Amino acid sequence: MSDHAHTAPGLAHHFDDLEQQHETGTLGMWAFLVTEVLFFGGMFGAYAVYRSSYPEAFMRASSHLNVDLGGINTIVLICSSLTMALTVYAAQKGSKNGIILGLLSTLFFGAVFLGVKVVEYHDKWVHHLIPGPNFQFTEGVYGGPEQLYFALYFAMTGMHAFHMIIGMVIMVWMIFKARRGDFTPGHHPLVENFGLYWHFVDIVWIFLFPLLYLIGAHEGAH
Amino acid sequence: MKSTVLTPPAPTPHLAPEAKERTTYLTADYGWKSWLFTVDHKRIAVLYLISIMTFFLIGGAFALLMRAELLTPKGDLFEAETYNKLFTMHGVVMIFFFLVPSIPAVLGNFLVPIMIGTKDLAFPKINLLSWYIYVVGGAATLFVAITGGVDTGWTFYAPYSSTYANTNVAGTAIAVFITGFSSILTGLNFIVTIHKMRAPGMTWFKMPLFLWAQYATSLIMILGTPVLAITVLLLGLERLFHIGVFDPALGGDPVLFQHLFWFYSHPAVYIMILPGMGVISEIVACFAKKRIFGYHFIAFSSLAIAIFGFLVWGHHMFVSGQSAYAGMVFSFLTMLVAIPSAVKVFNWIATLYKGQVSLETPMLYALGFIGLFTIGGVTGLFLAVMGLDRHVHDTYFVVAHFHYVMVGGMVMAFMGGMHFWWSKMFGRMYPEAMGQFAAVVIFVGFNFTFFPQFLLGYMGMPRRYHQYNEEFVILNVLSTAGATILGGGFLMSICYFIWSLKWGKPATQNPWEAKGLEWEKAPTPPPTFNFPDGERIVVTEDAYAYTEEEAHDHVAAGVKK
Amino acid sequence: MWKDFPLYPEQASTIAQPVDLLYFFLIAVSAFFALLISVLVVVFAAKYRKSRPDAYSAHIEGSTKLEMVWTIIPLGLTMVMFAWGTILFFDQARMPAGAMEFTVTGKQWMWKVQHPTGQREINDLHMPIGRPLRLTMTSEDVIHSYYIPAFRTKQDVVPGRYSQMWFEANKLGTFDLFCAEYCGTKHSQMIGKVTVMTQEDYERWLSGAVANETPVQAGERLFTALRCITCHNATSAARGPNLAGQFGKEVELSTGAKVTFDADYVRESILNPNAKLVAGFQPLMPTFQGQVKEEDILSLIAYLKTFGATAPAAGSAAK
Repeated sequence: MSDHAHTAPGLAHHFDDLEQQHETGTLGMWAFLVTEVLFFGGMFGAYAVYRSSYPEAFMRASSHLNVDLGGINTIVLICSSLTMALTVYAAQKGSKNGIILGLLSTLFFGAVFLGVKVVEYHDKWVHHLIPGPNFQFTEGVYGGPEQLYFALYFAMTGMHAFHMIIGMVIMVWMIFKARRGDFTPGHHPLVENFGLYWHFVDIVWIFLFPLLYLIGAHEGAH
Repeated sequence: MKSTVLTPPAPTPHLAPEAKERTTYLTADYGWKSWLFTVDHKRIAVLYLISIMTFFLIGGAFALLMRAELLTPKGDLFEAETYNKLFTMHGVVMIFFFLVPSIPAVLGNFLVPIMIGTKDLAFPKINLLSWYIYVVGGAATLFVAITGGVDTGWTFYAPYSSTYANTNVAGTAIAVFITGFSSILTGLNFIVTIHKMRAPGMTWFKMPLFLWAQYATSLIMILGTPVLAITVLLLGLERLFHIGVFDPALGGDPVLFQHLFWFYSHPAVYIMILPGMGVISEIVACFAKKRIFGYHFIAFSSLAIAIFGFLVWGHHMFVSGQSAYAGMVFSFLTMLVAIPSAVKVFNWIATLYKGQVSLETPMLYALGFIGLFTIGGVTGLFLAVMGLDRHVHDTYFVVAHFHYVMVGGMVMAFMGGMHFWWSKMFGRMYPEAMGQFAAVVIFVGFNFTFFPQFLLGYMGMPRRYHQYNEEFVILNVLSTAGATILGGGFLMSICYFIWSLKWGKPATQNPWEAKGLEWEKAPTPPPTFNFPDGERIVVTEDAYAYTEEEAHDHVAAGVKK
Repeated sequence: MWKDFPLYPEQASTIAQPVDLLYFFLIAVSAFFALLISVLVVVFAAKYRKSRPDAYSAHIEGSTKLEMVWTIIPLGLTMVMFAWGTILFFDQARMPAGAMEFTVTGKQWMWKVQHPTGQREINDLHMPIGRPLRLTMTSEDVIHSYYIPAFRTKQDVVPGRYSQMWFEANKLGTFDLFCAEYCGTKHSQMIGKVTVMTQEDYERWLSGAVANETPVQAGERLFTALRCITCHNATSAARGPNLAGQFGKEVELSTGAKVTFDADYVRESILNPNAKLVAGFQPLMPTFQGQVKEEDILSLIAYLKTFGATAPAAGSAAK
C-alpha cells in the first residue's frame, strides 16, 4: 500500500487513515488543555496562598465586585457552551446552517460576556481599584492585601478573557470554513476539538466566579 | 494538504555515491524557502541544531568571560554589574536556549518518528511553529543582552527582580515566556505521536528506551512549563505595573515567587537530563552489542523520575524561611527521586557485562556520562540533606553539582548522541580519531573546571561572587585553566563536525551495525518520508535484539554459552 | 602546601563538627560508589572488549533480584542520610533558651547588627565564645543571606518578615561572613568578619564601642514617641488592646481565628494594622509604614517582650 492510495479528503500525508488522524487531533487538544490547567493553576495557587494569609482583606476586596453582573456572565457562558455543543451536534449531522447558527450564537454570548467585563473593568478603573501606583482602597485606614486580591482578579479574569477572545477569533474563521463546506459529518475535527477548548474556557470561569465574586457575599456586601 | 511537485535535484558532487541516485530529505528541495517553511521533522531538527549551537557558543562565551574574571580575586576585569549580567545571561541562555531544547528538539525531532516507524510527527506544522517561537524568544533575549542585559540571576528572585533591579527584567521575562511555548508544543507533539502513531507491532515495551525518555520528558514539559509561564508573567506585570503580588510592603510574599519558580525549574532539570539518559541507553546497547539490561526498569525509572520530580522543588528552599517540616518532606522525596537514576546507572553497567564493547567516540561520551553523572547525582544528595545544605546552599558546591549533571551528564550525552547519529542525519562520518581525542580533552577539561568548585563551595565561597577572598585563589585558577581546555575541546568538535559535512567519509546505511528502525530500515540520510517509498513498517523484534540470533542458534544447536 | 588546598573551613561552632562528620560520611559513600562505578566501567570495557567482528554478546535480559539489590541498598543509604541530616537541621532550627538576643538588618549592601546591650556594628560581628547567640533578622530591601562558613550555618534574610538563626562559637578567632543570596551589584562586597572573643574581651569591647540605648530602652522610648501608648494602655476606654504581658500568648481575632503574639505579628500589625484585627476592637489603628525603620520595629519588639512584667499603667492584665 503506498501513499497515493489515500484518497480520503482531508487526510494528511503522515497518517494511515482518518481515524488515526482524528484520534491524534483529539489527544493533542486534551494534552493542550492539560497545559492550560497548569497555566491557570499557577494563579489559583497564588490565590490560595494569599487568601489563606489575608482572608478578611480578600473578603473586603471581593465585596467590591458586582455579584449580579458576575452571575449574569456565568449564565451567559453556560449558554454559550450549550450553543457550542449544539454546533458540534450540527456538524455531526452535516447541517451547514446549523453549524453557522451555532457558531454565531456562541459568538453572541461571548460578546455579551466580554461586554459585561468591559463594564466591570471600567467600574474598577473609576474607583481606583486597578493595582499599581493609582490603587486606592478606602475601607479601613490602610489596605495592602486588597491590592493583591485585585492583582489576582485582573490577572485571572484578564487571562480568561484573553482566551475567550482567541476563541472568538477562531470561531469567526470557522464560520468562513463552514460556509466553504469544509466540514463534513465524517470529518470535522476542528469543530469537535474547538468545542473542547470552549468548554474548558467555560469551566475555568465556573471556578473563577465563586472564588472571586462570592467570598464576601455572605456578609451581605452587595 | 497541498502536495508540491518535486523537481529532480541538480547533481551534487558532495554527496555520498549511493545518495546521488536517490533523494534524501536534504536534497528533496532547495532554497531558503524550502527550509524556512518546511514541515519535515528532520529539516526542523537541523534548523534547531543550528540555532541551539549558536546559543551554546554565546552562553559558552559568557562562561569563559566569567572564568577569566575569576582568575584573580579582585574584580578587575569587569564592573560588578557587568559580571552580574554575564552570569545571568550565561544561565538564561544555557538553560532555556540550549539545555532544555537540545536533545528533544534536535535528536528527538529527527528520530522520534523514524524510531516508531512513521512518516512524521503528529503535528508537523506545530513542530515548525515551535522552532519559530524558539527563534523569536531567542531574538528577544539577544535584544535584551545587547541593550544592556539583565542582572538578576537566571532565578529572578523577587523582590530584587520585581522592584530593585535596574536592568531589563521585563524584557527577559517576556522572552522566557515566549520560549516556554516552544517547549510545550514540542512535548505535546511527542506525547501524541508516541501514543497514536507507532507502527504496527511496535508495542510500548518494544520501543527503544530513547522514546521512553522522550515521553517522560514531554510529560514534564507540558505540565511544568505553563507554571513557569504564569510565574514570569506575574513577575513581568509586577515589574511593569507594580501590581504588588510579590511586594512585601503590600503583604506580598517574595518566597511565594520561589515556590512558583521552582515548581517548574526543578522538573526542568529532569527535562534536561532524561533525554540524555535515553541517548545513553541507545549508545551503550549498540557499542556493547547487547540488549539493555533491565529494559523495563529503565523505562519505568524514566516515568518515576518525571513524577517524583514534581514533588521535590522545596529542596532549593531549605533556608529560605520555609517551614522545617515542609523541608523534611521535600528532603525525603528528593532521596526517593535519586533512586531511579541510580537504578539506570547500574543497569547500563550491567549491559557492558559479557558484551562486545568497542570504544568509538559515542561510547567514550556514554561511559564518561556514567561516571560524571554519578558524581553529579551523589553530590545532589549532599544538597538534599538538610543539615548539610545549610552550609553549602548558595555556594560553589551547588554550582559544581549542577555543572556535573548538566555538562558532565547532559552535554556529554548530547555530544555522544550527535556523534552517534551524525552519519544518519548528514550521510557523513566525523573523523573518528579526532572525535576520540576531543572527547578525552573535554573530559579532562571538564573535571579540572568543576571538581575544584566542590572544594571551593565547602570552604564557603558563595556563588555569584564577582570578587572573592584570597584564600580561594588557587582553586579558582585551576577552574579557569580547566575551562579553557574544556572550551578548546568543544570548539574542536564543532570544527570537525562542520568540516565533515563537505569532506567527511561518506557513510553507509548502518556504520555502527546498530539495531533500531532508524538504522535498519531508514536510509542514510533518510528520504523525506523516512522509509523507502512504499515500504510499510511492521515491527516484530524487541528493541536491542542484538543477541537474538545467537540465542536462537545456541538453543537450536543445544550449545550452552 | 596543604593550607592552600584545604578541605573544609575551620570548625568554630558547636555544630561545625557534626556537620563535617555528616559531610565525611557522604563523601565516603559517594567516593565508594563513584569508584565502584568507574572501576566497573573501565574493567568491563577492557575485559569485554570486542574480540572478533562477528562475535556475539551474552543474551541477558535482566535480573529482578539484582534490581532489588541495587534499589534497596541505595534506598537504605539515602534514608540514613536523610534522617541524619534532618536531625541536624532541626538542631540548628530549634532556638536554645537563654541565648543572647541580637538583631541583624540586611540592606543593599551592608549588614547592620545590634547587640542586646545596644552597641551597633556594620558588617562585622563581635561575640563571646561559649554562649549561644540568637539572631532575629530582616531585610530592608531584597533577600540576603547571613552566612558564616566557619559556623556551618546560614539563613536567608527576607524583607517583610523575620527569620532567625542561632549559633554558639567554640573557637576564638576571626572568621569570614558573607552574604549568600544574590542581592544586586555589590553582592560580593556585602561581607565582613566575625570575631569570637573571651567573655572578658567581649565586655571590654562593648564598653569601648559606642553604646546607644539598648533595644529595650529604644522600644520604650518609641512606644511613647510614636503615641502607641495613647491607644494601647490598660484604661477601660482604651481604643486598642492592652499589650502588657501579651508577647508569646495567643490572641483571638475578629474572624475567630487565633494567632500567636510573636515578632512577625507585631511587625505586621505596625505596618498593616487591619490585616489581623483583634476581636472586640475597631479598625482604627493607622499604619506606620514609612514612619518606622526596621531597627525601630525590632526595638519595639524587644520592648514588648519585657513589657508587662512592670506595666506602666499597672492594673490587671486585662483579657
